[in-house]
Amino acid sequence: MAECHPVGFQWVMEAKARGATVIHVDPRFTRTSALADLHVPLRAGTDIAFLGGIINYVLANEKDFREYIVAYTNAGTILTDEYRDTEDLDGVFSGLDTEERTYDFHTWQYEGMEVQAASGQRDQEYEDHPGTKKGRASSKSVRQSGRGEAHGSGGAAIAGEPEVDPTLQHPRCVYQVLKRHYARYTPEMVEQICGVPQDTFRQVCELLTDNSGRDRTSAFVYSVGWTQHTVGVQYIRTAAVLQQLLGNIGRPGGGIMALRGHASIQGSTDIPTLFNLLPGYIPMPHAHAHMDLDSFIEGESPRKGYWAEMRAYTVSLLKAWWGPAATPENDFCFDYLPRLTGSHSTYETVMAQLAGNCKGYFVLGENPAVGSANAKMQRMGMANLEWLVVRDFSLIESATWWKDGPEIETGELRTEDIGTEVFFLPAAAHTEKDGSFTNTQRMLQWHHQAVEPAGDARSDLWFAFHLGRRIREKLAGSTDEMDRPLLDLTWDYPTTPLQSHPGDVEPEAEAVLAEINGWDAEGGPLSSYEQLNDDGSTACGCWIYCGVYSDGVNQASRRTPATEQNWVANQWGWAWPANRRVLYNRASADPDGKPWSARKALVWWDEEKALWQGHDIPDFTASKSPHYRPPTDASGAEALAGVDPFVMQADGKSWLFVPAGLTDGPLPTHYEPQESPVPNLLYSQQRNPVRQILSMVHPDDRFQPSGSEPGAEVFPYMMSTYRIAEHHTAGGMSRYQPYLAELAPEMFCEVSPELARERGLEHAGWATIVTARNCIEARVLVTERMTPMTINGRVLHHVGLPYHWGQGGLARGDSANDLAHLSLDPNSHIQEVKVGQCDIRPGRRPRGPARVELVKEYQRRAGITEHTGTEI
Amino acid sequence: MAPVDVTIGRRPDLTGALLGDTDPAAQGGWTDHPPRMGFFTDTSVCIGCKACEVACKEWNAIPEDGLVFTGMSMDNTQGLGADTWRHVAFVEQRKPLAVQDPGVLHEGVDVLALAPQGSGTSPDEAGTTPTTPGDPGDLRWLMASDVCKHCTHAACLDVCPTGSLFRTEFGTVVVQEDICNGCGYCIPACPYGVIDQRKDDGRAWKCTLCYDRLTVGQEPACAKNCPTDSIQFGPLDELRERAGARLASLHDGGVTDARLYGRDPHDGVGGDGAFFLLLDEPEVYGLPPDPVVTTRDLPAMWRRVGAAAATLVGAAVAAFVAGRRI
Repeated sequence: MAECHPVGFQWVMEAKARGATVIHVDPRFTRTSALADLHVPLRAGTDIAFLGGIINYVLANEKDFREYIVAYTNAGTILTDEYRDTEDLDGVFSGLDTEERTYDFHTWQYEGMEVQAASGQRDQEYEDHPGTKKGRASSKSVRQSGRGEAHGSGGAAIAGEPEVDPTLQHPRCVYQVLKRHYARYTPEMVEQICGVPQDTFRQVCELLTDNSGRDRTSAFVYSVGWTQHTVGVQYIRTAAVLQQLLGNIGRPGGGIMALRGHASIQGSTDIPTLFNLLPGYIPMPHAHAHMDLDSFIEGESPRKGYWAEMRAYTVSLLKAWWGPAATPENDFCFDYLPRLTGSHSTYETVMAQLAGNCKGYFVLGENPAVGSANAKMQRMGMANLEWLVVRDFSLIESATWWKDGPEIETGELRTEDIGTEVFFLPAAAHTEKDGSFTNTQRMLQWHHQAVEPAGDARSDLWFAFHLGRRIREKLAGSTDEMDRPLLDLTWDYPTTPLQSHPGDVEPEAEAVLAEINGWDAEGGPLSSYEQLNDDGSTACGCWIYCGVYSDGVNQASRRTPATEQNWVANQWGWAWPANRRVLYNRASADPDGKPWSARKALVWWDEEKALWQGHDIPDFTASKSPHYRPPTDASGAEALAGVDPFVMQADGKSWLFVPAGLTDGPLPTHYEPQESPVPNLLYSQQRNPVRQILSMVHPDDRFQPSGSEPGAEVFPYMMSTYRIAEHHTAGGMSRYQPYLAELAPEMFCEVSPELARERGLEHAGWATIVTARNCIEARVLVTERMTPMTINGRVLHHVGLPYHWGQGGLARGDSANDLAHLSLDPNSHIQEVKVGQCDIRPGRRPRGPARVELVKEYQRRAGITEHTGTEI
Repeated sequence: MAPVDVTIGRRPDLTGALLGDTDPAAQGGWTDHPPRMGFFTDTSVCIGCKACEVACKEWNAIPEDGLVFTGMSMDNTQGLGADTWRHVAFVEQRKPLAVQDPGVLHEGVDVLALAPQGSGTSPDEAGTTPTTPGDPGDLRWLMASDVCKHCTHAACLDVCPTGSLFRTEFGTVVVQEDICNGCGYCIPACPYGVIDQRKDDGRAWKCTLCYDRLTVGQEPACAKNCPTDSIQFGPLDELRERAGARLASLHDGGVTDARLYGRDPHDGVGGDGAFFLLLDEPEVYGLPPDPVVTTRDLPAMWRRVGAAAATLVGAAVAAFVAGRRI
């Protein structure tokens, strides 16, 4: 966190100054470790085993917050007797289809009822919604589209009432299943798998459990070190299970914080740049035959909880986009929305480019030629386009690969053979435009333009607005039905003249914010998503952001100092939903509505006023008594009882066990990474059986043998890619700036003294790192901060690879991502770049065609074929 | 507040040099001046983000000074100089900080001995080891942002012949780039090796404690940008008090190595306007353990020179007189 989020780390330091204990779990000793009270190095790719070990400690020693989990989680819910755990099936769950490499999760359900996936996943079972009862045929293309991101505020459809055993004794209740599932995650096993000494592990368990309960809470903070794995979503799920057991969700000082890799990445999932989501986590519809708005809503929305109002959110979105053209008669232009036919993630798009199906490509604010896994594939894909538009501050590698990319040097590409027409458009920086950032706490903060952009640089808003305007001008008068969605768009944003560029106009960012916030039939700004209607009388660009422009005031630009408000600081910026700072904060009070302890009071039920009160804005219907019990025919928020804090979930409960919604299992299970030096010590199942690889098999993306398979010894070392404080992601914002470039001017790798000795690597000299995909060179930083580990009786070394560099800019070097493979998390389609296997040798890499030859030689030595590493 | 007079402060008044706290601004000729301002850099909360280095360069328009991979841990800017006015040092040590225990060993590996093993780089191009020997099993990583100390008794200012270096009303020491003639006298005079000549223009450059920002009530760029308040700016009296409290709390917490550097008004430079909390000996961070204002002995030297000259003159006169008598 100190490396990649130094500004946010100030609050960790602040907490430390107030007595917090900071534990840092990371294979490397980083700047964060240097300031932590305890650094716990573990083998990369083993976090589920580590966290699972803590879960086992909590359950075995009954350290769970019993009243909390009985009241607020599904711990007591009884599962169907069809469910089979990894304990029964040696590492896989019931429902595995080994042909299709997907899970059918119908056996993961609650006894006596059907549960449907959280919002984004739900369309997966469109055909068999509890309400529609059309059977169990779900299409592979829908399953493979994953849609895990839709869980951001996701709920689930449930039909019927679950059977619950509040004593948690029933052998098929979630609590008992959990206990059995993690029983084998012992301290001895953690030591063998993760390389964490048992004493250190026990210390972590005690520190965490001692600091959790009625009077104390603990928080988890993670970043892409958890997400970029073939089981990345399950890493975070493990932390969620643990935090639920300890009662650390919905309470002050608790929670799980996702630190994002880029400013406003949270904003770009809320109002998504993802293929599978509409604003506010409404799923993008799939291409089902004859699906209209009603059947889409029916297939997607649950009966209980706030997601039950999905029709209002969706219709209001369609009204925001298509305005008067969206009418009840034409289904509010629902047919104008594109339809999914499968997964269209960034890596599938690259495959489509290579196959010649994807002919044009916009690259805005990213540098895939450096920043994406197996970056060579990205460059080869872009070389097969008809046109490419790159918008960035500088001429980044994604704009120049055609003349100076690594494949030009090796001869794999020749500039004169490349047909791609490349357009480079300079972009404005955040200081040169108005707009908002949404941070990891779901908080929007407005930034104001300080200066106008220089030269031809323009904001992304300017680009999108004028591109739309010009396309609409070209299409004006068209009678082709295909052009209606574009021509009917509301594209009437007010503009202001650019002082430094006479004749040019900038659209007003605040007008876009007002549209995102939404308005009523009279055009008055809305103040809450509870005001949204499904009859077309309200418009709202993103239902969870409704209220950010309440009273016609830009709430995101509020900057009331901490000294002039309470410690929750609700008047700094604006957080979704409804400016609540701690999500699900009803859980900060006990079932009767009293704070669990005075020290950890956040919101509480005021019996006299018959209202929820507190320091934060209650994330609960303000007048709903803790003693409220819904009538059986209630729906929506009214169907949730006064003791159901998790208002986005269809049952109002937090889920220790996920009966539907995840593609790879209801409980997190340790699997070895795609490429691992050791066999899975817990089960005979080596890897995540449903990891996403099959659509990716390509000659430039070979996998390596693992564990004890022949050829695995050719790549004996573990590697991780990561960031350092000196540079920003793929370098577009830092390597071209002299003051930042000089801080870390060259690509380097970090190795332990032991590995340096073993391989003859010279400090500050050069090394070549090789995988089955590519080879790169790097300067060598020998440091004791890299720690060899003894795993399963074998000493293992990590090679640390910061990934910031490319051939452009002032600070240059090879790109670590050229080494990575395309084995992805099946929920989120994220690449596994945090752990892999490699070889490292002294000296610089070969030049020209010899570079490719070296990789081929390694492939031959390891006996690699197109089947290697693709086993289920 | 008195106007800036470049001639003020040129004459060193060294009578107070070793006599405890002084008022350098008053000694510099300022009659009605604000309190002495300075930095307290608490290295125990430095996270090594280098925001201070970058903010300093950005605000003061200092040129980039070399794209060099040094191999010195995460430090590639190497030290203070004409074009680096804030510099973050990174020191990797085998030494525990509080309860830190990585639980791993590096038994008996001598990184220095690894160097001649051979690789693609010739040994004379290779860097030096980032590690220091110590007890195996424990590791700590010290980070510290260094800066000009703005000494109470500043030798650079004493020796400057042009008045380019002057004492500000805030008690800080600033070079005026339009007056500096590049003589370079200040460079060997600095007991910390801070002030430096820029190669392509010959003039001397160093931290101004953002004099331009101070005059309009802003804090210096580095302090403004420091995310963890490792760099604290304020009236020196307050900072000294705060530093004392911080030291006591660290000592209470078992960090017995913690110490203050440059806070003592009785040290060889009369105390620093920019002082530090360190977690080890100053030498570990590349700081002199016992800095002394290099002009301290000048008056005595001049007295002796005067006496010697007088003696010589006396002898010559005597010889002349004697000669005439011959």
